[in-house]
Amino acid sequence: MMDVLYFAWVRERIGLPRERIETSATTVAELVAELRDREPRYEAAFSDLSALRVAVDQELSDFDAPLDGVREVAFFPPMTGG
Amino acid sequence: MHISVQEAPFDLGAELTRFSDSGTDIGAVVSFTGLVRDLPEAPLQVMEIEHYPGMTEVALRKIAEQAQTRFSLGDVLVIHRYGRLAPGDMIMMVATAARHRKDAFEAAEFLMDYLKSRAPFWKREITAEGAAWVESRSEDEDALSRW
Repeated sequence: MMDVLYFAWVRERIGLPRERIETSATTVAELVAELRDREPRYEAAFSDLSALRVAVDQELSDFDAPLDGVREVAFFPPMTGG
Repeated sequence: MHISVQEAPFDLGAELTRFSDSGTDIGAVVSFTGLVRDLPEAPLQVMEIEHYPGMTEVALRKIAEQAQTRFSLGDVLVIHRYGRLAPGDMIMMVATAARHRKDAFEAAEFLMDYLKSRAPFWKREITAEGAAWVESRSEDEDALSRW
């Protein structure tokens, strides 16, 4: 089981801030592919990966990052702090 | 090092006074304060700032540690707010203390450049016309390449 978190417009498009997911995905990209196949709202959120960033266990990461032993994956748009 | 992610406002003067009391080997304190700017098109009613609790604190600490490794600093302060803010409100501040001003100035710029696009905050602007997420600017990403 893995916690998947969504922030900003990704959260709005998917309609929830976090969920627990049972997945056999071995990389972030595979997890994204699984999610996109679920429902149109996921497809809408993940349609342009260049507009998305990912954090794996609360650390900025890449879509090819492995998910072995990972507890938390978060998807969000580029950050706008400061 | 002092890192704070908070909803409440902060007292800029009090923070700087406390921070400047970092010891007699400190010759320079530089600070930057970010404010909620009104919009040219439609008056901004509220700016909402969302963040990633847990990761935010770790990311800010990491950025501050990088600044300490890179520059000769006595101390670093980062305060960043989240929640609902009004035009003119203070969003965040950084302060750096160093023996000499060059390190303090450069470290403050380094902190801001990284904080803009590497700390998990997202801003949303609400006007009478509706709400819109603030988009990241490519200049902010490009700014990292100079370090």
